[in-house]
Amino acid sequence: MTSLSHADRIDAVSEHFVSDRLARRKLRHVKERVIEFALFVAASISVATTIGIVVILLQESFHFFQQVSLWEFLTDTQWTPLFDDAHYGILPLLSGTMVSSTVALLVAIPLGTTIAIYLSEFAPFSVREVAKPFLEMLGGVPTIVYGYFALLFVTPLLQRLFPELPGFNLLSAGLVMGIMIIPYVSSVSEDAMRAVPMALREGSYAMGATRFQTAIRVVTPAAFSGIAAAYILGISRAVGETMILAVAAGMQPNLTWNPMEPAATITAYIVQVALGDLPHGSLAYQTIFAAGLTLALLTLFFNVIGHLLRKRFRQAY
Amino acid sequence: MKQTDILEIRALIVSHKRWDVAFGIVGLLSLMVGVLTFAALFVDMALDGAGRLSLDFFTSFPSRKPGQAGILSAWVGSTLVMIVTAAAAVPLGVGAGVYLEEYAPRNWMTDLIEINVTNLAGVPSIIYGLLALGLFVYGLGLGQSILTAGLTLALLILPVVIVATREAIRSIPAAIREGAYALGATKWQVTSNHILPYSLAGILTGVIIGMARAIGETAPVITIGALTFIAFLPAAPLTGDPPAGLFDWILSPFTVMPIQMFNWTSRPEAAFHQNAAAAGLVLVVMTLSMNALAIYIRYRLRRKIKW
Repeated sequence: MTSLSHADRIDAVSEHFVSDRLARRKLRHVKERVIEFALFVAASISVATTIGIVVILLQESFHFFQQVSLWEFLTDTQWTPLFDDAHYGILPLLSGTMVSSTVALLVAIPLGTTIAIYLSEFAPFSVREVAKPFLEMLGGVPTIVYGYFALLFVTPLLQRLFPELPGFNLLSAGLVMGIMIIPYVSSVSEDAMRAVPMALREGSYAMGATRFQTAIRVVTPAAFSGIAAAYILGISRAVGETMILAVAAGMQPNLTWNPMEPAATITAYIVQVALGDLPHGSLAYQTIFAAGLTLALLTLFFNVIGHLLRKRFRQAY
Repeated sequence: MKQTDILEIRALIVSHKRWDVAFGIVGLLSLMVGVLTFAALFVDMALDGAGRLSLDFFTSFPSRKPGQAGILSAWVGSTLVMIVTAAAAVPLGVGAGVYLEEYAPRNWMTDLIEINVTNLAGVPSIIYGLLALGLFVYGLGLGQSILTAGLTLALLILPVVIVATREAIRSIPAAIREGAYALGATKWQVTSNHILPYSLAGILTGVIIGMARAIGETAPVITIGALTFIAFLPAAPLTGDPPAGLFDWILSPFTVMPIQMFNWTSRPEAAFHQNAAAAGLVLVVMTLSMNALAIYIRYRLRRKIKW
């Protein structure tokens, strides 16, 4: 037998027991910290992505603008970086982007807004239950499929109406792009309209207004900031859309405001260059980053406008 | 009140109500434009492409002869790229969502991350392609590989996964957390034992929608320089000489379904357009069934959970 008394033995056991628990708690603390840090790193990836985009675009564009003046980039009316007689004017690509986006928005904004008002204020529950997932699926169709549809279905159809329409044109690409954007415009607008408090509608009905009057004169103005955000989202989608245009609008830069002509957009040009085999670091390679920077600034511009609109017209209920 | 006034008011009401009916019809017609376009798209592709859909189409490489060409390298490439995308986007997206909802302190760093996620969702996909070209292909030297494409698409769908995760977590009542904390659970115990299991269905919905988007994305994958004509398969995963050879496939050149379809669409011969239609049909059925699955899970979730 050892000489330890009963009490001593209990002490030794409990001390061992307590320190073990303390050690486990300490370990648990370390584990918690490590996990929290790992989760923080995962969340920071989004910031790193943004920084990466800015750095890469600025860095390559910087090399580009050392050889091509900003003035030439903004005012030259030809974009022929791959030819011997190289010109670096972004205007033809910008005009293509703007014309196709305008056509798309002329389709998407009226239709998208009408659908949003209809679904939010008029449609019976059953119609909404079917229509919303359907619209969501419409937005989920790959854009290359829309491109195929524009080139091989819509263009031949339009050519029956306008026999002189070329095989590649901004019109059919823009129309199909508009259909593609409808779900984005309608779902965001509808969310904004449904967020308008019921009391506003009830007040309007109590004054004897009809559904249509309530929708147009009460709900739509009250949801304006959200609807504006939906339009801005639609514009960003249209400006950044790539495959429909690369397939159906052609890849020839063309300074035109006529949607019946073929023309390349900023995005289509990037695709065209990426399909070829350009040496890394050449001036032609850098052009796609300069074009990308222009595109990024364009979408940033619209996003800032959207942000300001939302701030200015935000209604608090 | 005079009789004529009442009649006038009634006429006014009738004419106003007529606007209600008219708008109801206009609204339905606008919806129909969407429905009809989709129907035309689907039927047109089915008519052109259904003839090409056979087992051979799935087991043949692309070819200069349209009748023998198939999508073997494309669907294998798409599958492998999606594996990389899921492996990167799911842990990062769910982790970021959990951090923002459960851990993040209210400070400028959190605000910055939140604004960032919102803005990234609006960045055109081709810009991600340029980022990947500069960073992954040349900066990190990953080349025009499956790994590069998978990581690019993962960054692209990260906002979708993050937003879905946050929404799913936010719908869990605070009482659940409070109960667990009251029993002495740590933050991670609460998260891993309660928050994650309860938000699983919502997260899954977001992941599926994100993957459906990634599988149809063409522009960023073309921008990193994916080839349009590939007549071989990457080494099958886990077959090379261990240990390094097991992951040979990840650095292999590749093509994906939408690029194969783009390639066939941009050729002048009508026979290739049939191939494009068939590939498009496969692509649409794939993305639509993924979206439908996500919608179904969300619907089930909405009916089942009663806190």
